[in-house]
Amino acid sequence: MSGLSELYQEILLEHNSKPRNFRRVEDASATAEGYNPLCGDQITLYLRVVDDVVEDVGFQGVGCAISRASASMMTQSIKGKSLADAGLIFDAFHSMITHPEEEPDYDTLGDLETLAGVNEYPTRIKCAILAWHTMRSALSGEEDTVTTE
Amino acid sequence: MPSGFDAERVRADFPVLQQQVNGKPLVYLDNGATSQKPQAVIDELVRYYSTENANVHRGVHTLSQHATEDYEGARAKVKRLLNAADDHEIIFTSGTTQGINIVAQSFGRQNFGEGDEIIVSNMEHHSNIVPWQMLCEEKGAVLRVVPIDDAGELDIDGYEAMLSPRTKLVSITHVSNALGTILPAERIVASAHAQGIPVLLDGAQAVPHMPVDVRRLDCDFYVFSGHKIFGPTGIGILYGKAEMLEEMPPVQGGGDMIKSVTFEKTIYNDLPYKFEAGTPNIAGAIGLGAAIDYVHSIGYDSFASHEDELLEYGTRALESIEGLRIVGTSPHKAGILSFVMENVHPHDIGTILDAEGVAVRTGHHCAQPVMQRFQIPATVRASLAMYNTREDIDALVRAIDRVIEVFS
Repeated sequence: MSGLSELYQEILLEHNSKPRNFRRVEDASATAEGYNPLCGDQITLYLRVVDDVVEDVGFQGVGCAISRASASMMTQSIKGKSLADAGLIFDAFHSMITHPEEEPDYDTLGDLETLAGVNEYPTRIKCAILAWHTMRSALSGEEDTVTTE
Repeated sequence: MPSGFDAERVRADFPVLQQQVNGKPLVYLDNGATSQKPQAVIDELVRYYSTENANVHRGVHTLSQHATEDYEGARAKVKRLLNAADDHEIIFTSGTTQGINIVAQSFGRQNFGEGDEIIVSNMEHHSNIVPWQMLCEEKGAVLRVVPIDDAGELDIDGYEAMLSPRTKLVSITHVSNALGTILPAERIVASAHAQGIPVLLDGAQAVPHMPVDVRRLDCDFYVFSGHKIFGPTGIGILYGKAEMLEEMPPVQGGGDMIKSVTFEKTIYNDLPYKFEAGTPNIAGAIGLGAAIDYVHSIGYDSFASHEDELLEYGTRALESIEGLRIVGTSPHKAGILSFVMENVHPHDIGTILDAEGVAVRTGHHCAQPVMQRFQIPATVRASLAMYNTREDIDALVRAIDRVIEVFS
């Protein structure tokens, strides 16, 4: 198992202490709730999508460093992107976390690669993936709260 | 340290403790979730399966007789552990959860009607909330919740004011699993009995730490789990006063719980078998018997004072850490140190502690209403058993220092 420094990298800790887009988007066109009943992580995600482009995105909620940093970095990575590109980023992230045996798509992931260390901590994968499933739910218009169970 | 108690000798009885986790000596502080098993319990399971495995209460053959004797022998050991009046007041269950569900489905369905009330506290495990909510939904009954204060103590006056002719049962924890608070069980029972109301006590977190005398407590039902008191998983106990259990209908039908069956009429068996349908967890019961023997061989007096001393040592050690807050600060506590830290989520603390070999529970501890009461999403819970030592607490503190280092 990699050391803790692999998991709690500086960039992750920085996003945890100063999350980006940590706010409500007032004129959101889509919102969704995510909940991890195992640890109580809870996230509300707001998206404003105009002409298939994510013009604005924000989130609120409580959670561990990994879920918070993952949400923060996700908002950065999808803001300004087309829905198709956001979908590709989702796929690349999901694959990196759940299929560690495969080579990650570094080009698509950018800074998100920092979260790769999570895949060595099975109990923390749900923390990292919560915001992403919540985004997918918001974009598909599902109304039920996403849970990681 | 009390004379006669040797924690190192006790540790040597638990093989699982003799290992490294993530390259560090295992420091097991998750006893509130489940305790480790002494060699004597492991050996007893092996002996049972190796030499006498057979079904109970059925065969005339030798192995079945031996298995039956040991299974019923375990019941007698539980009776002595709780100081119950009779063996047949001891029902084997799968655990605390099943024990509470039996009372809800049997006593509850029989006695609750529209507008009747059941009283629980704000610091119950979900297993002492949800079965009653299910009953309330079915019967139109009402769940009443006794508040707790900032230290995690029961509002005993509020509780007594809540008792009324509508109250059909009080079901309250003996020791809180999330906070460690020891509740004033005798007073809780006496106040309810003064109004003719029966009381169930959830002893899952009590029996591993303190002697329990159900006749002194005078409770009507007492439930606990074998695996938290050094026994196997999948076995637990429902104690009920005979006069209560006699009046209650069975909740599961099948073999062993009947005297005779025809298609016209079935006559139920006597206590305790009325509540033990099907082949029971024979090995589990016998293993629990061995665990009880082990507990007596060490002696409650001896290890309880060791644990109290350790709890005090741990409380002082954690209190001295800046930015750490203990949740549950009652002066009457058993075995549990729940805490939160500024700016670090319990889940992250748990991962870092695990990397240091320290096993704790993080989360809501199946007690979400406690978390809501303290307005926190989760806590870190270090929970003690007789084999823990000051060195374990010191290792916990060092691992917390590592958390602070990572998050600084």
